[in-house]
Amino acid sequence: MANVTLNGVKKIYNKDVVAIKGADITINDQEFVVLVGPSGCGKSTLLRMIAGLEEISDGDLHIDDQRVNDISPKDRDIAMVFQNYALYPHMTVFENMAFGLKLRKYPKAEIKQRVEHAASILGLGEYLERRPKEMSGGQRQRVAIGRALVRQPKVFLFDEPLSNLDAKLRVQMRIEIKRLHQQLKATMIYVTNYQFEAMTIGDKIVLLKDGVLQQVDSPMNLFNNPANKFVAGFIGSPSMNFLDGTIEQNGELEFVAGPVRFGIPNNTALREKLSPFVGRSVVFGFRPEYLYDQDKASCKPGGIGLQIKIDVTEPIGSEAFNYFHFEGFDSDPFCFRSDSAYAYQSGEQVRVGIDADRLRFFDGETELRIA
Amino acid sequence: MKNLQLQKVLFYGLLFLMTAIYIGPFLFSLSISFNAEQDVFSWPIKLLPEKWTLGNYASVWRDLPFGQWLFNSFFITLIQTITNVFFAALAGFAFARLDFPGKNILFSILLASLMIPGVILLVPKFIILYEFHLINTYAGLIFPGLVSVVNIFLMKQFFETIPKDLEEAALIDGCSYFRIFWQIFLPVSKPALAAVAIYTFQGSWNEFLWPVIVTTTREMFTLPVGMAFLKNEFSVQWPLLMAGTILISLPTLAIFLLFQRYFVQGVAAAGLKE
Repeated sequence: MANVTLNGVKKIYNKDVVAIKGADITINDQEFVVLVGPSGCGKSTLLRMIAGLEEISDGDLHIDDQRVNDISPKDRDIAMVFQNYALYPHMTVFENMAFGLKLRKYPKAEIKQRVEHAASILGLGEYLERRPKEMSGGQRQRVAIGRALVRQPKVFLFDEPLSNLDAKLRVQMRIEIKRLHQQLKATMIYVTNYQFEAMTIGDKIVLLKDGVLQQVDSPMNLFNNPANKFVAGFIGSPSMNFLDGTIEQNGELEFVAGPVRFGIPNNTALREKLSPFVGRSVVFGFRPEYLYDQDKASCKPGGIGLQIKIDVTEPIGSEAFNYFHFEGFDSDPFCFRSDSAYAYQSGEQVRVGIDADRLRFFDGETELRIA
Repeated sequence: MKNLQLQKVLFYGLLFLMTAIYIGPFLFSLSISFNAEQDVFSWPIKLLPEKWTLGNYASVWRDLPFGQWLFNSFFITLIQTITNVFFAALAGFAFARLDFPGKNILFSILLASLMIPGVILLVPKFIILYEFHLINTYAGLIFPGLVSVVNIFLMKQFFETIPKDLEEAALIDGCSYFRIFWQIFLPVSKPALAAVAIYTFQGSWNEFLWPVIVTTTREMFTLPVGMAFLKNEFSVQWPLLMAGTILISLPTLAIFLLFQRYFVQGVAAAGLKE
């Protein structure tokens, strides 16, 4: 098992298209790191550079203490699981899993033992003589994981391994991969499009946008303490609500966005952070989960209250997503998550509260978090 | 409903007509090959011989160096089929999967060469081989057909449909590029390889123009050339010619029937991704 360190790693295509604009990431031994971001953000490119399938244009990549920039994929001691399995169609499951070991000239007995062991971990014991086309998507992905497993590599790389599976199977495989990580205690790097997958599976998340690292942190820190507006919006589903406005000083410090206006709670830290922004544009962010109906729940002192009118409700069983607008304010709908015990009606007026420590403010220009 | 039936009748009628147009001459040749010579020109035309005879077939083997021609044809076809499959796959793989300087220009030149009619190349090819003293030799017969651009193109197109992940998985597993070609790409390309093999076999087996130019003695003839020499200046030995032709067409027929599945797959797979 191993540490992986990226120092100022860049990827430049055709001399001027910059896909990765300098990544500094430290992945510790036995850590499960998820690279996540919207399509085209460079997460797969980053993974492929670690694998050696893409050249590194600038910077250093170390696996343990060895600089591996110029080392071929096969000599990096990594194994990779691909999105569409990439199993050799003309080989049986056993041959697929054994192929890498055979090329490395392992003794036959050891190959057999390793393949059978991996197959038993993954529940593939009875399929060893089948060919990939005779198996379901989930089973094929297990074989692909098995092929990586038998190699006992320093680092496991997963490139969107669950994207081709249906929703139910995806959950199942996600749990299986997490269990595998706990069992093997291996360093794993995992790429996904889905923030939910990233949140549930990773010890650490690397969030990218347009080739730039936005934040490298634990899932909960990403959720609660996002570095900027993009991170705040990307992590969490439904995503954080944003309201563009300004900070004004009318006797007391206020947030003003058209008809929406509230005083900044009497919280020293919050006021200190926001006072330099008086007269400047800021973005107010609040998560649907952290809104509550003030008539139904007792609130902590120091929070704020807002009057809203429900447009549409979406009950999903355990909870409901209620979409609303602020009266007289034209914008995308905001979301308020509620317990499904009470069904709100369209047009219903509700007074919602948010606790002071759940309020988030972002600089209107740089989009960096202020508080 | 009635319209649909009429459509069906028309459709099948057309199919039968097309089949008859294609298979008719072949069946007539078959019939003539069993005919005694004097009956061939009798009027009205008899579609079936009055007296069946195997004499023509016996005569082909007895009176002509048919065995030698058969060997020549087989030898040349076999070598050309093997080299075409191998080199077309190798070049196709390089063009489809490797990055090397001048790749696109080289491929464009190859494709452009398809636009030059083969007939124009006959004389230059002959002169080159003459300079190398290869006229009327097996080498002279074989070399110009070692690999064809069409086959390279076919293999390139097929290899491009193989997902890149497969190649990358093999790279990580520890394969060199030649091993990827040999152990991963070739085994999954059986339909395309079969198509190239069948095309080449057919083309090489039936090739007439080049052998007739490059051979100068009877024993170096291939079957189609040998058969053509049954047509003399003043007469044509039709039953003998037909018997020989039927014999010549048997191997291609057998190969086609055996590999028809691959052939259809190969043609279909050239543009499809799994």
